[in-house]
Amino acid sequence: MQRSIVNSYELRNDFPIFKKKINGKDLVYLDNASTTQKPYSVINSITDFYSNYNSNIHRAVYQLAEEATELYEQSRKKIANFINVRPEEIIFTRNTTESINLIAHSWARSNLKKDDVIAITEIEHHSNIVPWQILCQEIGTRLEYVGIDESGFLDIEYLIELISSRKVKLVSISHMSNVLGTIVPIERIVKTAHQYDIPVIVDGAQSVPHMPVDVKKLDCDFLVFSAHKMLGPTGVGVLYAKKELLEKMKPFMAGGDMIKEVFKFHTNYNEVPYKFEAGTPNIADVVGFGVAVEYLEKIGMENIRNHEIYLTEYALESMQSLKHITIYGPMDSKFRGGVISFNIADIHPHDLATIMNDHGIAIRSGHHCAQVLMQRLDVPATSRASFYIYNTKEEIDKFVNAIKEAGRIFKI
Amino acid sequence: MSDDIYREIILDHYRNPRNKGKLENADVTVHDSNPLCGDEIDMHLKVNDGIISDVKFEGKGCAISQASASMLTEMVMGKDLKKEDILENIGLINLGPARIKCALLSLKVLKVGMIKYYSENDPKSAEQIKNESSFY
Repeated sequence: MQRSIVNSYELRNDFPIFKKKINGKDLVYLDNASTTQKPYSVINSITDFYSNYNSNIHRAVYQLAEEATELYEQSRKKIANFINVRPEEIIFTRNTTESINLIAHSWARSNLKKDDVIAITEIEHHSNIVPWQILCQEIGTRLEYVGIDESGFLDIEYLIELISSRKVKLVSISHMSNVLGTIVPIERIVKTAHQYDIPVIVDGAQSVPHMPVDVKKLDCDFLVFSAHKMLGPTGVGVLYAKKELLEKMKPFMAGGDMIKEVFKFHTNYNEVPYKFEAGTPNIADVVGFGVAVEYLEKIGMENIRNHEIYLTEYALESMQSLKHITIYGPMDSKFRGGVISFNIADIHPHDLATIMNDHGIAIRSGHHCAQVLMQRLDVPATSRASFYIYNTKEEIDKFVNAIKEAGRIFKI
Repeated sequence: MSDDIYREIILDHYRNPRNKGKLENADVTVHDSNPLCGDEIDMHLKVNDGIISDVKFEGKGCAISQASASMLTEMVMGKDLKKEDILENIGLINLGPARIKCALLSLKVLKVGMIKYYSENDPKSAEQIKNESSFY
């Protein structure tokens, strides 16, 4: 049995939302794969920015602007340090989706050509499918999917076969499935891809918030993730790319701040990362994101990962004893993140989620922006519980009891 | 709360849907889905002199969307398509803004079917239904 040294009972006091009652009950928030709650320190940092430092960055020379710029750039350094890369390799976007679109637009469009294959997998989020479909329609590249086995593990052998066929020119792959929780062996995939000079994009939206991610170790070429899934504000995403790639890439958006000199008919672009951050960015929320990362580092990413293994192990064990339950994905919590998708008898996930809400429990129901995976699992939808640092064993007990209650209401 | 929503009658219509299946020689067939939930409904209608002489539905989704579709087919059979009163009394008014869409999906499909039917035969009535409807 996994042990956890994260004191989630104490941590909960840092999050104002847990004072809220839902239907007269304590909020049990189990939709962390979708977005996470925010601690006081993050919320206060945003108020503090607007109260004491508000001004535009990278332009004016007065003190306030210098302070705002310093805070914004400090955040970039914290996040670079968090994933072990250089600050100039961190681009702030709106979210993971925008980061992938940026790569599709600024790297793939000019580096791929007709009949080149982009390899993705059946576990991808729509944000790592649709941008490539559009690119394929526009420039004639082709998409190939790597499948999963019955336990939710990727067919790595097939991926390696694909890569060595030399038709693949880009691999874009999720580090952790947002439905099955499957953790993908990125290091091995990157090693193989690099033998054939193929760059690898890693969708870290589910992994970076929940486990230690060291880009130097992974050696991936791109890594994308979102602040709001790791205690930070909405509206901030990250694109990491190797500096030599960024320098060769075309701008995404054009306008202010991404320029060095503008003439009537041509422009010299700013250096990286500013070349990719056109217009006034989401300054206050980027500052808040830096505070969120500090909060996570104080707990320690290894401890967070262990806490989630501990909760997932406990939840899987409790759920397996329920009648008529189907649980999707790996059953060993060492190989999965704190995400559990399931179905119970003929109760539709939306009906289950409605019943859960009576008990103050927030779970997700639906296709989780992964309809290709739903088609592979041959289900229209699943229910999904996903955990984070503030979740407790008692909450999992409440969740399991609510499933039993749904069984009573539906007379199964 | 949930005990009020998932009453016996809803569970019965969910598990034993009435008028479910395809309809040969339907005058109108309409499909729609709820992109948020993935609920899907197909409605097949046969119309004689403005009266629904037969109706069948196909679909998949939550208990609320499927039971309400089943109940709706029972309610509209033999009724005048233009009449608004067929739309009342589905009895799921307790639902919040997200789930009410599940309950109203079949109704929306039926209305689109009515508009489709009349735009071929009686454009004036089609326009009238369109104007009276709040789904567009």
